Amino acid sequence: MSIRWTRKDLLGLRELSADEILFVLETADAFKQVGTREVKKVPALRGKTLVNFFVEPSTRTRTSFELAAFRLSADVINMSATTSSLTKGETLKDTARNLEALHTDILVLRHSSAGAAQFLAERIRASVINAGDGAHEHPTQGLLDLYTIREHRGKMAGLHVVIVGDILFSRVARSNIFALTKLGARVTLVGPRTLVPRAFEQLGVQVSYRLDEVLADADVINLLRIQHERQRKEYFPSIGEYTSLFGLTNARAARLKPDCLVMHPGPINRGVEIDSEVADGSRSVILEQVTNGLAVRMAVLYLCGGIAT
Amino acid sequence: MSNQTKKSGADHRSVVMDAPAIDRALRRLAHEIIEANPDLRTVVLAGIPSRGNDIAQRVAAEISAVQGSLVDTGIIDVAMHRDDVGTRAELPVVRATKLPHSLEGRTVIIVDDVLYTGRTVRAAMDAISSFGRPARIQLAVLIDRGHRELPIRPDYVGKNLPTSPNEKVQVRLGDGDEEQGVWIIKD
Repeated sequence: MSIRWTRKDLLGLRELSADEILFVLETADAFKQVGTREVKKVPALRGKTLVNFFVEPSTRTRTSFELAAFRLSADVINMSATTSSLTKGETLKDTARNLEALHTDILVLRHSSAGAAQFLAERIRASVINAGDGAHEHPTQGLLDLYTIREHRGKMAGLHVVIVGDILFSRVARSNIFALTKLGARVTLVGPRTLVPRAFEQLGVQVSYRLDEVLADADVINLLRIQHERQRKEYFPSIGEYTSLFGLTNARAARLKPDCLVMHPGPINRGVEIDSEVADGSRSVILEQVTNGLAVRMAVLYLCGGIAT
Repeated sequence: MSNQTKKSGADHRSVVMDAPAIDRALRRLAHEIIEANPDLRTVVLAGIPSRGNDIAQRVAAEISAVQGSLVDTGIIDVAMHRDDVGTRAELPVVRATKLPHSLEGRTVIIVDDVLYTGRTVRAAMDAISSFGRPARIQLAVLIDRGHRELPIRPDYVGKNLPTSPNEKVQVRLGDGDEEQGVWIIKD
């Protein structure tokens, strides 16, 4: 493949070409192998400073970025909404400019507002990596999902990927949809009508309200977490009803193809969107997603943080 | 490595080695490695992608043809060990390194096409040390063009080629339908 990586920022997968997505995945192959070495660290970003700026709480994504940065020898500062001056009334832009005044090279941003990463990328010289912005995109999650599918199935073209759950508010779903359709996969979104509007069909995907009808034809089933903490209960009557209609129960899992991959961005709610036996079963690649997330984030930090700015 | 890959008009190219000359040089290199390493089972020929890797494969084939036993080969990625990340407009493609599981007691011979500043070799040595501690590391190159910027010297050399820094050395090893040879290109 002969493409040149020229982006200092990773804001979303919508603006990447299919070749760029594949280039990141191939670069991640090399970085995945670093984790198996005796010394799990390379000097690729030595002397660079990375700020993990998580205005919205997150443990796994922040930890994954932090470890990825350590393995590339970058220096890391973690900031949350409470440890930043945002609570003192400082604007996002001013906070970012202060970070820039400290010669930050890479800014990893998690924010509750869609477009926050782009807003900063247009205003500061540092590389900006979107670690989730509102319900917009979560590009590294999309990339690690694709990496995991590619590792098992070789390619995306022709695969039928079913994404189940809270699609309306899911940045994971959007990043997956943009990337999967670019690489030729067929995508079906499943969930309650309130959380899966027909408008999504404009993105080139199918919409279904019956998981039982699409189960047997899925090559990949990606279950999104039902986010209790965001009080989305007004969108469906009860957790119990959600599970009975859209949960991947043992009975439903028995009807999946033998080689269907079961994915989940985590953290999983056992007994809600997925039964314990299925989460721990032979088709589950949930923990592989975590391992691959580290490799993909190393690749993204290396590519965006490594080019001359 | 990228400074050797640039294609240029034939006007400024002069041939330094043709295909038979490359064959002879690699054969001699193989014999020198055999002579210097009584126990070839400890040797790993580790090529730097992409042409160093091709050369490592050819030397390994030559050694096994002469000795009748196989010699281990590997690949060393240097991209993530370079010291110039952040200063280049275009990043080198990163590949996975493939080395034997344990390097304990092994002799790792780094193989590359052209030795120039020595910075790639330094990066390769760093990469190897993150996999373990081999008994020794040696260096085999097809061309030594001089102009070292680090205290590094090769153990096995196909050809010493005096150059000026504004010249480029192009190596082609007959991958696909391209012709084999080594050329000096003047700017």
